[in-house]
Amino acid sequence: MSVLSEDIKNRIRDYIPRYPSKQAVTLPALHIVHDELRCVPTEAVREIADLLDLAPAEVQDTMTFYQFFRTEDDKLGKTRLWVCRTLACALRGADDLLEHCSKRLNVPVGGTTADGKITLEFAECIGACEGAPAVLVNDEHVMNVTNERADELIDRLRAN
Amino acid sequence: MPYEPVLLARVNRPDSPRLEGYRNDGGYAAFERVLREKQPLDVVNTIKDSGLRGRGGAGFPCGLKWTFLPKDHPGPIYLCINADESEPCTYNNRILMEKDPHQVLEGIMLACYAIKCQTAYFYIRYEYGTAYRTLQAAIDELYAAGLLGKNILGASFNLDIFLHRGAGAYICGEETGLIESLEGKRAWPRIKPPFPAIEGAFRKPTIVNNVETMACVTQIMRRGIDWFKSLGVPPDPKNPRDAGSFGPKLYTLAGHVNEPKCVELPMGITIRDLVEQHGGGVWKGRKAKSVNPGGISMGFVDVNAPLKGEDGKTEYDIPLDFNGPGRVGCLGLGTAAITVIDDQTSMVDVLHNTCQFFSHESCGQCTPCREGTGWMLKITDRLRRGQGRREDLDILIDVADRMGIIPGTTICGLSDGAGWPVKTAIRKFRQEFEDAIKVGRKSVVRSLPIAGVH
Ligand SMILES: Cc1cc2nc3c(=O)[nH]c(=O)nc-3n(C[C@H](O)[C@H](O)[C@H](O)COP(=O)(O)O)c2cc1C
Ligand code: SF4
Ligand code: FES
Repeated sequence: MSVLSEDIKNRIRDYIPRYPSKQAVTLPALHIVHDELRCVPTEAVREIADLLDLAPAEVQDTMTFYQFFRTEDDKLGKTRLWVCRTLACALRGADDLLEHCSKRLNVPVGGTTADGKITLEFAECIGACEGAPAVLVNDEHVMNVTNERADELIDRLRAN
Repeated sequence: MPYEPVLLARVNRPDSPRLEGYRNDGGYAAFERVLREKQPLDVVNTIKDSGLRGRGGAGFPCGLKWTFLPKDHPGPIYLCINADESEPCTYNNRILMEKDPHQVLEGIMLACYAIKCQTAYFYIRYEYGTAYRTLQAAIDELYAAGLLGKNILGASFNLDIFLHRGAGAYICGEETGLIESLEGKRAWPRIKPPFPAIEGAFRKPTIVNNVETMACVTQIMRRGIDWFKSLGVPPDPKNPRDAGSFGPKLYTLAGHVNEPKCVELPMGITIRDLVEQHGGGVWKGRKAKSVNPGGISMGFVDVNAPLKGEDGKTEYDIPLDFNGPGRVGCLGLGTAAITVIDDQTSMVDVLHNTCQFFSHESCGQCTPCREGTGWMLKITDRLRRGQGRREDLDILIDVADRMGIIPGTTICGLSDGAGWPVKTAIRKFRQEFEDAIKVGRKSVVRSLPIAGVH
């Protein structure tokens, strides 16, 4: 059975006319799958390769380069919470914040809460340095995150 | 008289990202006029004569780069917009994209007309979700208004702009890494030459330009060369190779300043004035010890080090133009991101943090970079734990000096950028590093468990 729904496949196919090569659809396809399934299963790699006339190894090669996409035994939670650790944030308490989040969520950095709600990660500069320390909730910035604000954010993410 | 922002003029308007508001403020009039009255070559020449230099880090003259495209090429020619913006402490592109996307898009449309490009790929880092959605909405508005697509405004000009999202890798900002990533491959920078203008995306001639560069193109085509050249710093008459530092610049302030924010000023403001007058000074009533001028790849300034030949001035007084940071041993102006480090902060910790970044972001193709960044991280880590060895500082400088395209050992500039903070920090703050080794001073080091691949 196919792991990619017809809808996902169509959304991937929609990208093909944008580029002179089908291979260029690799990243968009990986994002579509990853957003939806919270990981890119091995079978999905094969199916993406099929859609784009590539060898599965080519998709796998690109995918693993980015260290961004999760595999099925290491699935993301509903929310991916990235805590920036780079200089501007480090100068304003990022280490504390990351440690605080790790304790509060009771997961190691990179881990996912038991209820599958939140995956905690560190990030390199997320480009929100005027609001250091900053975090990213999936792909949206939250700035000036004190420990208290982190707690509120985590409570909110847990509730939904 | 205080400087009146141009690139940021619209950012605080309500609904600033919308086409209607942009048009009410005179938006797309320059594009329409160019399409009606000008030849592509006119636009290339205007940009060339304006002296605009790329805002993405290297400062390469923009119009000149455009002329490197092969003449009378049958096409396709591509424009790739570099919105990977991952240089630490840099966020000016984000503000432009989130708050005034049409100013950037108009520049792209003008650039595409100039270089005869019908397809532009806008490569935007994944972390900029808000900017991505704002830009997509703006692009949709343009198609609906007949400003993108086929036969734009009844002319024979066709243009599509496609957004393409990255996946969290700094190296995708290097222009050939970007191209490889766009093509669906691992983002390994290419060996140059050939440069992208000859053989770039999909093996076709390609121009890669930064987001802020595009916003400048819009304003030059709207306000003219004289306006652009009235701002900034003219070329040094003693240096025939200096192209000057004309125009406005978006500086981003971060770190230990009272008001970290993005400020637009004519090029050439000194670090001191930027921090003290525009950033509200150093936080908590402290003093600055070091500043990183231009993103961490550019290295560090010693705020208290006297400036040679200039009485009473220090490195804090260098101008932030394309030449200033180089005068005090930094790599360049980079992205004009200014990070302030106060006098209570350990340079050992700061340097460890920068080494951590580059070790994480090296793409691994070149041995000096892959191994060198890891080695430098290992050494700075033991310095920070109070286990530094006497020879460590010389090893660090030795490694840093040997990696990069400047010494000629690697494919791309990431490793020059990895080496520069190391050698400037140690050369300028050597005593502090030596003391740390002698005393075995420990920083607060957390050993957080880390799971997974990232
Ligand atoms: C490691 C590395 C990272 C870079 N990252 C960026 C970036 O995020 N954005 C950018 O515009 N240029 C970046 N550059 C510079 C680009 O290679 C290129 O010079 C620039 O996009 C050209 O645009 P411009 O001429 O308009 O400045 C980077 C260069 C290197 C070596
Ligand atoms: S210098 Fe470093 S980042 Fe650049 S290509 Fe070589 S290994 Fe990759
Ligand atoms: S350093 Fe954290 S957002 Fe830039």
